[in-house]
Amino acid sequence: MLITLLPQRKQIEIEGRRRVADILCQLGLLPGTVMVIRGDTLVTDEEVVEANDAIEIRTVISGG
Amino acid sequence: MMKCKRCRSKAEVQVRHHNAAFCRPCFLFFFQRQVQRSIEKHRMFTAQDDILVAVSGGKDSLALWDVLIELGYRTVGLHLALGIGEYSRISTAKTVDFALRRDVRLITIDLGADGVAIPTLARFTNRPACAACGTTKRHHFDRVAFENGFTVLATGHNLDDEAARLLGNVMHWQVHHLAKQGPVLEPVHERFARKVKPLYRISEYETAVYAFFRGIDYIIDECPNSEGATQLAYKDVLNRLEAVMPGTKLTFVQDFLKSGRHAFSASSDGAPQSCEVCGMPSFGTLCSYCRLRREVERRQATWKTPRAASGGG
Repeated sequence: MLITLLPQRKQIEIEGRRRVADILCQLGLLPGTVMVIRGDTLVTDEEVVEANDAIEIRTVISGG
Repeated sequence: MMKCKRCRSKAEVQVRHHNAAFCRPCFLFFFQRQVQRSIEKHRMFTAQDDILVAVSGGKDSLALWDVLIELGYRTVGLHLALGIGEYSRISTAKTVDFALRRDVRLITIDLGADGVAIPTLARFTNRPACAACGTTKRHHFDRVAFENGFTVLATGHNLDDEAARLLGNVMHWQVHHLAKQGPVLEPVHERFARKVKPLYRISEYETAVYAFFRGIDYIIDECPNSEGATQLAYKDVLNRLEAVMPGTKLTFVQDFLKSGRHAFSASSDGAPQSCEVCGMPSFGTLCSYCRLRREVERRQATWKTPRAASGGG
């Protein structure tokens, strides 16, 4: 699967299908700090992202 | 399959601190109802008030403006073009676009045109850009509200902002700040409007989801000056606690307001005087913003003098 990280504008690829919660854990991201977007919908932590899917992980934490 | 708490259809968003999940329409209903409840519980304003909404172009302030419009309140936006390069240009463009699409009034102040863009203030005062930015924002928010007759000034501070601020105030025992921290700050000077934070019980995640669901085109990039900001460190600590104990941030803030804040009420700063330059509230002869501007003007003059001397010879 292809993952686009925003606002970093970084792209990474992960092999195989995975639960969203496992993807976030692998990337060291805490739940509630990012939105996981597939197409024009959000994906909850327990949903599975297929190997050929493209998702966007968008940070929601801002500071300053 | 995770189901919506209200209608039992497939959920699209999980709100852990409420132990709930929602489909898109039910989340939007839930979000708007939460905002309305906060407004009513703290008597922030009514449908008869004219509300000035501070909008940066980010998700929180645009989500706030959007929900207040949807709830039928009379609002006008106020945007400061901070002059922080491409970041500010995009922020202003997105704010202007939001106002145009909804046909609502927006007041924009271009700090660069006034010679006091944030990078200029930071450069000539040796202060952190965020400190200069905060002082500048507060001054213009108060000034514009007063000059245009707004009785209420609304900002998009969310639960994460409030929890991080509370943690910072506790860590440094900022008793004067603890006395004032809350969703409503009543005016203590004739030129102050009532300051309100209708999103104070709503997490940063929820405002981002609301903005996404509503199709709000907000700036995703972070302010370049926020890198290493202490507020982000506090937020990170709180998010780690929240991950293992959902509801920590909400409890921290709500219980402070309910049981903790009154203990600091005697530490309040008291009523301010008026700045002798601009007339806005001040705790000295000059307000913080006029002091900042004076410092910049003084240092700019000393910078220009040697150049003018060498260039003119």
